[in-house]
Amino acid sequence: MSLLQLRHLTKRFDGLTAVDNFSAEVDSGELCALIGPNGAGKTTIFNLITGIYEPSEGHVYFEGKDITAKRPDIIAGLGVARTFQNIRLFEGMDVLGNVLVGRHLRLKADPFSAILRLPNYSREERTMREEAMELLESLELSHLAHEDATSLPYGEQRKLEIARALAVKPKLLLLDEPAAGMNPAEREELMAFVVHILDTFELTIFLIEHQMQVVMGICPRIIVIDYGETIAEGPPDAIQNNPRVIEAYLGVGDYA
Amino acid sequence: MNLHISRNRILTLIALVAFFLLLAYASSNFSPYVLRIMNLSAIYVIFAVTFNLIYGYTGQFSLGHAGFAAVGAYVAALLTMSPDQKVANFFLQPIVPLLANVQLPFLAALVIAGLMTAIFSFVAGWPSFRLRGDYLAIATLGLSEIIRVLLINLQSVTNGALGLKGIPGYTNLFWSWGFAVVTIFVVKRLVDSSYGRALMALRDDDVAAEALGVSLLYHKMLALMLSSFFVGIGGGLLANLISTIDPSVFLFFLSYQIVGITVMGGMASLTGSVVAACLYTVFLELLRPIESPFSIGSLDVPGMPGMRMVLFSALLLLVILFSHRGLFGGREFGWDWILDGFDALRKRLKGSKERTGADSDSEEAS
Repeated sequence: MSLLQLRHLTKRFDGLTAVDNFSAEVDSGELCALIGPNGAGKTTIFNLITGIYEPSEGHVYFEGKDITAKRPDIIAGLGVARTFQNIRLFEGMDVLGNVLVGRHLRLKADPFSAILRLPNYSREERTMREEAMELLESLELSHLAHEDATSLPYGEQRKLEIARALAVKPKLLLLDEPAAGMNPAEREELMAFVVHILDTFELTIFLIEHQMQVVMGICPRIIVIDYGETIAEGPPDAIQNNPRVIEAYLGVGDYA
Repeated sequence: MNLHISRNRILTLIALVAFFLLLAYASSNFSPYVLRIMNLSAIYVIFAVTFNLIYGYTGQFSLGHAGFAAVGAYVAALLTMSPDQKVANFFLQPIVPLLANVQLPFLAALVIAGLMTAIFSFVAGWPSFRLRGDYLAIATLGLSEIIRVLLINLQSVTNGALGLKGIPGYTNLFWSWGFAVVTIFVVKRLVDSSYGRALMALRDDDVAAEALGVSLLYHKMLALMLSSFFVGIGGGLLANLISTIDPSVFLFFLSYQIVGITVMGGMASLTGSVVAACLYTVFLELLRPIESPFSIGSLDVPGMPGMRMVLFSALLLLVILFSHRGLFGGREFGWDWILDGFDALRKRLKGSKERTGADSDSEEAS
């Protein structure tokens, strides 16, 4: 059974239909890309999966369970973590602190044990820190552990946001335009980083990208949407030559 | 690293012992007037530190401190007053039989006052935290007013507008500063824990925090209820300090004062809250003369009640102008900071004796 199933998702904002009867499936262990022109409804789909928006119609199934319109923190607890298109790091905290927030939902000790630093809390805090440092090491970010999160260069901030999402130990990682605002060299590096994550951690990655070329090399399967509807789905070369995709990206004309 | 921590812990213990020895000396040697100011300082410390937890660390703007302190004060007062005192107080309408004969030890009364206050804060927090935005401010403001109206009208429980008189004056320096230290300890330990990171995360970006699995409702309620528990205790301490309370003690103005103190001290800085609360209490006393008639040169100024608050507001504006994050701006007092400061100073003095040009290096090294 596929890990994530989206069935007939529709999201209407007053008059505007951002997502229109969208269905898709993402299999376990897959690296799947969701692409489409600006305003196609890609981020809205992520917001529907993670519970930030409630769909007007349709359902989201994760591991066969209906998670439609559940609270975002509950969906995260089930194993869905995400990053954001506009980076959302916690300003007041250092790099390690940001990653540790991603571990908080696994904490079993109650606030009183935390205040009194009872052994059960102290043990958990220690393992949390160790695991967070290991995670940063495996992503080659450990030398930045005590830097202010927002003082990092842009590319590193992107990586940190991914690291923070990985701290949740997700089964499904949703990346919302991880390469946005980067030059071609940086984009390539980041995509290599994404492939490295897929190989290192046992998870599934579903990512949004605006530009087709970025994901061509690394994603075996691409879903293309426009105006909230799927217009094509398949391996990169099939997508590249699909007339509807070319139309969506370049507009209608004889030059296609 | 570990050596470091145990050194700091020992220093903290020594400082605490020294502090309480000082309090012991003060309580037998200082005048009642000075003692009262010291007690009030401790109560304002409790109020400011708890407000910092809910606003500075969690980012939820609450205007409920006056109402919460009122609940704590009335509960503690009714639980500590002797049955005879209650009979004497409630001459318009007898007190409800349930409360007429209760008389508890001070500690038990304070803890119950804290718990009752936490329950009240739940009533304001639960509905408003289910919505996004600053609804907590409105809900707590409303609740404060409701509490005040209840205090005036529940004649047989609160004695209405007459208030309660003859509350035993149990509050002394050990009670007040003892609870102030406990409050600081609990809040500091909480914000330095994983829960504290979750609170600051939802303050900085609630969407991202929630997407990482931080339950917004749970953590906001945690901060609000813990904070109001100690506000309730602070209210109880206040009642047993001033020994006469009525609904007008807990006007909305009190909440504003707490906000002002905390902002002045610095958001997310407990050191700032403590320092600002003490300074505020002391200065408000020292500035009493400016509310009576005085003259500057040939200019005669008539006595104006409220002048102190005008001055306080001006001071607050100045602090915000020159240091917009408050006096301490998120920084904390710490032994490392002090000892490093001493080290730097020593190196500097030594350096300037040996060679006047070398001190800039030692400054950078520290």
